[in-house]
Amino acid sequence: MNLEILTPEKKLFSADVYGVQLPGVDGLFEVLDRHAPLVSALKAGQVKVLKDKSNHLAFFTIQSGFVEVIHNKATVLVEGAVPVEGKS
Amino acid sequence: MAGQLKEVRNRIKSIQNTQQITKAMKMVSAAKLRRAQDSILQMRPYAQKLQELLSNIVSNSEGELGMDLAVQRPVEKVLLIVITSDRGLAGAYNSNIIKLAKTAIREKYATQASKGNLTIWGIGKKGYEHFAKNNFNVSDTYKDIFLNLTFEHVQAAAQAAVKAFEKGEFDAVEIVYSQFRNAATQNFVLEQFLPIPKVEKKPGTNNVDFIFEPGKAELITELMPKILNTQLYKAVLDAWASEHGARMTAMDKASDNANELLKALRLSYNRARQAAITTELTEIVSGAAALQG
Repeated sequence: MNLEILTPEKKLFSADVYGVQLPGVDGLFEVLDRHAPLVSALKAGQVKVLKDKSNHLAFFTIQSGFVEVIHNKATVLVEGAVPVEGKS
Repeated sequence: MAGQLKEVRNRIKSIQNTQQITKAMKMVSAAKLRRAQDSILQMRPYAQKLQELLSNIVSNSEGELGMDLAVQRPVEKVLLIVITSDRGLAGAYNSNIIKLAKTAIREKYATQASKGNLTIWGIGKKGYEHFAKNNFNVSDTYKDIFLNLTFEHVQAAAQAAVKAFEKGEFDAVEIVYSQFRNAATQNFVLEQFLPIPKVEKKPGTNNVDFIFEPGKAELITELMPKILNTQLYKAVLDAWASEHGARMTAMDKASDNANELLKALRLSYNRARQAAITTELTEIVSGAAALQG
């Protein structure tokens, strides 16, 4: 599925990925390929972009925001996000 | 004669110096303008998606959603956010914004202003200084946003305005700024910030069965402040681009004017020089003629 992470200052991330882990307001959840249409609020926390089942591509620390999933495309809207380097 | 020549020469030199400055300022503004335009383009996908999200939620829900930030109250206390630049030499840019703000005060909020219930937040030094000098009720908390233009700083200002509105410190908030069209044209506007204008439902645009988490009402409450942050951020970016556009145009005109002035001065310099040479020659020739004769 396609994942985009947008902030007001720039497009932070855009690629095809296996899935993504997001900090929802009601708890951590994961969006995988062909997820049903979803709109959810996110709280401050970490976003984990998954390359495949056990490997991740990138980590981001985000402030609160939203995620919208529709037509196999996930858009994460956050007001501030920084990539976390060197985490395994 | 020689004294006059020297005077003209000095003026030419001083105009050349000024022209060098205006040319440099034009280049700097052009570069900054490009960067400002870039940031506008960068934020556009985010802003569009946010609006889309809102209309998705509103179109998918039935009945009115309780939105505290959209409540219309009798307007007794007003906040104007006036966005100007930090520096001058941008043509009529700042004075146009100040003029628009004053017209709004005079025509729309005269009663509130006379009771002292009108507050101004100056973003940008020029506007702040003007209103402070003219004894308006002006706050300097967000004066220096342009010194370090990041979303975070603008967000703080937007959130402060939202909080004050919720607490009833203000019943209406409006922004005065300049929308960016292109380098030569700005569009000076008065834009309503709070209460939020009603969101129209778009029937039939979205039949997707979304899962909403947590609920629609909670989502809207979360979404609204974010949309406001973005709105103010967009206004500030627009103002920033407009400022550089205005300065670029002003400096371009100044350089052109300097060129014209230089042309006229060079002409009169050469004419005076020629006249001096002719006089000298006539003197020599007539002197020689007198010796021979």
